[in-house]
Formats: sequence, C-alpha cells, structure tokens
Amino acid sequence: MQKMPAWADAILVPLISLLLAALLSGLVIIGIGEDPIAAFKLMVDGALMRSAGWGYTLYYATNFMFTGLAVAVAFHARMFNIGGEGQAMLGGLGVALACLYVPWPHWSLAILGSCLAAMLFGAAWALIPAWLQAKRGSHIVITTIMFNFIAASLLNYLLVNVLRPQGAMDPATAKFPEPTHLPTFRDMFSTSETILFRGSPANVSFFFAVLACVLVWLLIWRTRLGYDIRAFGHSEPAAQYAGISPVRITVVALLISGALAGLMAVNTTQGEAERLILNSTEGAGFIGIAVALMGRSHPLGVFLAAILFGFLYQGGAELALWTNIPRELIVVIQALVILFTGALDNMVRMPLERLFLSLRREG
Amino acid sequence: MDFLTLIELLDSTVRSATPLLLACLAGLYSERAGIFDIGLEGKMLAAAFFSAAIAFMTGSAWLGLLAGIGASLVLSVIHGLASINYRGNQLISGVAINFLAAGMTVLVAEDWFSEGGRTPSLEGSARFGPIKLPFADQIADTPVVGPIYAGLLSGHSVLVYVAFAMVPVTWWVLYRSRFGLRLRAVGEAPEAVDTAGVSVIRLRYSAVIICGVLCGVAGAYLATGLQANFTKDMTANRGFIALAALIFAKWRPWYALAACLLFGFLFAIETRFQNIALFGVPLPLQLVQALPYILTVVILAGFVGKAIPPRAGGEAYVKER
Repeated sequence: MQKMPAWADAILVPLISLLLAALLSGLVIIGIGEDPIAAFKLMVDGALMRSAGWGYTLYYATNFMFTGLAVAVAFHARMFNIGGEGQAMLGGLGVALACLYVPWPHWSLAILGSCLAAMLFGAAWALIPAWLQAKRGSHIVITTIMFNFIAASLLNYLLVNVLRPQGAMDPATAKFPEPTHLPTFRDMFSTSETILFRGSPANVSFFFAVLACVLVWLLIWRTRLGYDIRAFGHSEPAAQYAGISPVRITVVALLISGALAGLMAVNTTQGEAERLILNSTEGAGFIGIAVALMGRSHPLGVFLAAILFGFLYQGGAELALWTNIPRELIVVIQALVILFTGALDNMVRMPLERLFLSLRREG
Repeated sequence: MDFLTLIELLDSTVRSATPLLLACLAGLYSERAGIFDIGLEGKMLAAAFFSAAIAFMTGSAWLGLLAGIGASLVLSVIHGLASINYRGNQLISGVAINFLAAGMTVLVAEDWFSEGGRTPSLEGSARFGPIKLPFADQIADTPVVGPIYAGLLSGHSVLVYVAFAMVPVTWWVLYRSRFGLRLRAVGEAPEAVDTAGVSVIRLRYSAVIICGVLCGVAGAYLATGLQANFTKDMTANRGFIALAALIFAKWRPWYALAACLLFGFLFAIETRFQNIALFGVPLPLQLVQALPYILTVVILAGFVGKAIPPRAGGEAYVKER
C-alpha cells in the first residue's frame, strides 16, 4: 500500500520544498537589506513580461532541459551523474569541430550534424566513468567530478594551443561559418510590423530540447530499454535475476545521459556564441541536478523545472542589473532547491506521510 | 635546478599542501564514519570568508579562525541533518552545500563590504603571520642544514604546524583510541556498533563535527594565512583535490599526508614554472593542472592498488525493528 496518493508524491512534495526554498531565499534577500517582493516583481517583469525576457528565459531553459534530462536518465538507473558539466564541455568541442570543419550547405543540416557530434562527444566523455563504474566499481560520482576538471583542462589546452585562430588573443575558436548559424526566435516569429524577441539568444534548439523531453519519456516508459533501466534502478539483484545485465544498463544509461548533456552545447555554442569559448557551459551541468530533482526525474517535470530555472536565471540577471542584489542570489536559490527537494526530501515527506495515513484511518 | 630553488619549491609545496591536508583529514573523519562528504569545498569557502570578515572587523586572526570554524560547523550540521536524521542522499547534500557556500559568501561579502564579493585586505594581527622557529637566524647560513631549517621548516604560520601535527593525532585517534575504533566500525558496519549499544547517530555526528572544525581551519588558513583577504571562489577546487587525495590515500592518515604533499608539489610547480619539459618534450601546463584528477581516476580504477571505501559509506543507518 502506498503511504501517499500519487498526486501528493508528484506535486505536493516538490511544491512544499519549493515553497520552503523560496521562503528562505526571501529571508536571505531581507538579510542583505533588500525588499523580496519588489525583487520578485522585478524578476517577473524582466523575465516574463517582455518577449525579449522570454527569449532569454527559454534560452536558459533549453540548456537546463538537456542537462536536467541527462541527470534524470541516470537517476532512473539509480546513478548520480554529476559530470554533466564536463560532458557538455566536450559536447561543445564536438559542435565546434562539426561546424568548423564540415562545409554545411544549410543550417537545417548543420544542426543535425552538430547534434550528432555533441551527442557522440558527450557520450564519449561519460564512457570511461561508466565503464569504470560497471566493471571496476569505481564510484561514478567521484569519477565524473574528476572528469569535469579534466575536461576543463583539456578544453583549455585545445582552445589555447590548437583551435585558437592565428593572432587571436582570447582562447576561443574561430567564428563558425554563416550557413551553420541557427535561426533565433526573432528570425522565426517576428513579422514585418512587430519585432519579437529582440536581441535575445533563444533559438531553434529550444524545440530540439522539447523533442528530447518527449523522446526521453518514450524511452523510459515505453521501451524495453527504459524498463530495464528503471528495473535496474529499483533493485539491482532483481534486475540481474530477470536477466538484465548490470554492466550493459550502467554503460548504456550513462551514455544516454552524457549524450543529452552534450546536446546542451548546440544551444550555447552553435546557437548563441557561434564559436567555442572557455566556460561556455556556465554551470548549467550542475543546474541540471536541481532541475532533475525538482522534476522528480520525469521529463514533464524536467521541462517545467527547466523553465522555472530559466526564469530564475534571467530574473537574477535583471536583479544584478537594477538592484544591489548580486547574481549569486541564483546560486543560493539553486542550492536551497537542491537541498530541500534532494537531500532534505524526507523532512517534507515524513510529516506528510503521517498526515495522509491519519487522514486515511479516519476516512 | 639548484639547491635553493628546490628549497623554495618545497617551501611552497608545504604552503599549498596545508589546506589540502586539513580538508583531506576532515574528509577522512567523515568518510571513515560512513558519511560521504563532497561538501568540503563549500565548508572551506564559507570558513575562508567568515574568518577573513571577522578578522578584518576585530583585527584578530584568532577570532577570525573561530568565526570560520563556526561557519563551517553550520554547514556540517546541515549535512548531518540531511544525511543522518533525514536519511537523504549525502552526495546531493554535499552538492547543495557547495552551492550554498559559493552563493552566500559573495552575497554577504557584497552586503558587508561592497567590494565585488571580496573582503578588504588584512594586515598585522588580523593575519596569521610566520612563526620563526628558535635559532632559525643563527643557523641559516650553515650549508644544507641551514636552508632546510630556516627556509623550509621555519617561517610558516601556526596553522601549518597545526595541520601537520594533525596527521599523527589523527592516526592515534583512529587506530589507538576507543573513539577511533568505534568511528571506523560505524563506517564499516553500523549495525554492529548499534548492537554493542553505542549510538550510531552520536558517533556520526561527532565525525561530521570534527570534519567541520578541520574544514574551518583549512578555510581560515586560506584567507588569513596563505592570502590576506577573501576573494570569490578562492578555494579553487581544493576541496575536490582533497577528496582526490583522500581516495589516493585510501582513507589513511599518513598516506593522506603523502598524497597532499604530492598534490601540493604539483601546485607549486604549476605556479613557479610556466614551461616544463620532461625529457625534452614540453609538457602543457594544463596537463599538470589535471594530473591530480587523472591520478585519482587511475587509482579509483584499481589498476594501481584498489581503493576500497568504507563499506557503509553513503548509506544512512536505519535501526532494525
């Protein structure tokens, strides 16, 4: 018998956790002498009340959908892939190589090629930790943390010594050629009279992220592989008894996870910067953790949580611009969300379970 | 490379190894008791900020140290609550603590000092200055022994000596005291400790608190000993390198010292030399930077002696009914 109805588990618990995080964030804002209500209004105004604000919100949300799905897929196999950051960096390398060295005739082909490259490179970077976890029992969390740092050093080396064009000062690749540039929301939705999404970086890869949400849902709940992954995540001995190979599931789940994290680079590197820069990931790999936790590892939840975090990111930028609240407020909110929806989940869940049990006894 | 350069390099090794060593020993207590802690970085960062801030306000490095330890302890207790009481995922809790520290330090620094997320420079008694060991000046000119004593052993801040003294202390506590035996037991088989009538919760909390104190000292050393103020993200992944050193050392104190000295040596090389060549082949600096991480993965892979973590690590203990 379930202790709580499914809706309470899926909606009420995350909502209360989110509320707790919001409440504490409000206290933090009061603590540094600012008005939380005014700050929230400013965030809403900047992120949601103008099409350009939405353009930024959805641009960030695209990144977080990919990295959130990456963490979520690994969570289903009960693995914590903390290496989304490194996998996304390598994905960026794949995108850059695909865009720079293949003469694409049109962006629609270029994005398919760069998606493939991003997935391959991201998955490749997850392969070694995955294999070590499956075969040698090396803890996936530690190895993926290490691989994040190794990825940063590798990228630094490649950008400074190999990929940087001659005479350029900053460590970045050359600008990608014109045919690889992705159409932005402004190109797609503006009419001759009204220009929408002015100057904002949201681009066609947003729809790829939405598609990825749908595909991950299909994969996890409608395919044999997804069933194997979930079975393995629930109970490894049971899965093994049912003939599911732990090595295969561990490696495959992490390859999918790495590929999803890598895809993020299509948005940032090809869609926005149009060249590969250092630190193009900007911590999005880690925000994926918060997004997956809040979204309860369900693609729909990840989609919604990614938009929420996109809003927080854009709103936070507005706050830093107009008030004395630094951008780091977002890092604090992100930490509180991870803390309450992830680590302190039982703090909310246990009293709720007791409440529902007593309600059921009376009813 | 002449002898004096070597002494300078080793001296700088000792300095960079100190925060690593403190954090590594902190992690050792926690993980030996079965609590994984990837929040070392965040605790050090919080301690670095609060020690620098309080030292600046009061002009006393010692009060700063206390404040740093206090800040680190607050995060430790959050980690304890999440991973001991509420049986949450210890890794996720650690991630949250790292972000919490990264964000809060800048937020509070901006609010208190408005200097772009840093504290003002510390001077005089607000810093832990170098301590000159007795007769350091007199024998400094003696060949070989002089530079080693005066240049390498003498002239560090008190926290450096504390850090190095913590290695034998930790060894003694872990392997020669009743508390240490129980601590190791609770990380391997908490049910056995519980059966023996010893409180698992209390033991794990004491480990988490020791971990907090040591991370606090590490952070305070960074901001008031090694450097003279707090800057944004000043721990620069040292918490993770300490974690790497802990695995490298296979959760043992003396090996932890060796691992931290090795990684400190890599730091020292990285800051001192811009171009390094090994047998005539130029080594990229980025490779030296990545070396601790690569070594850790190799060790974890079990190709060079297998690193086996404490058996009950990462799992909350639920009493049998």
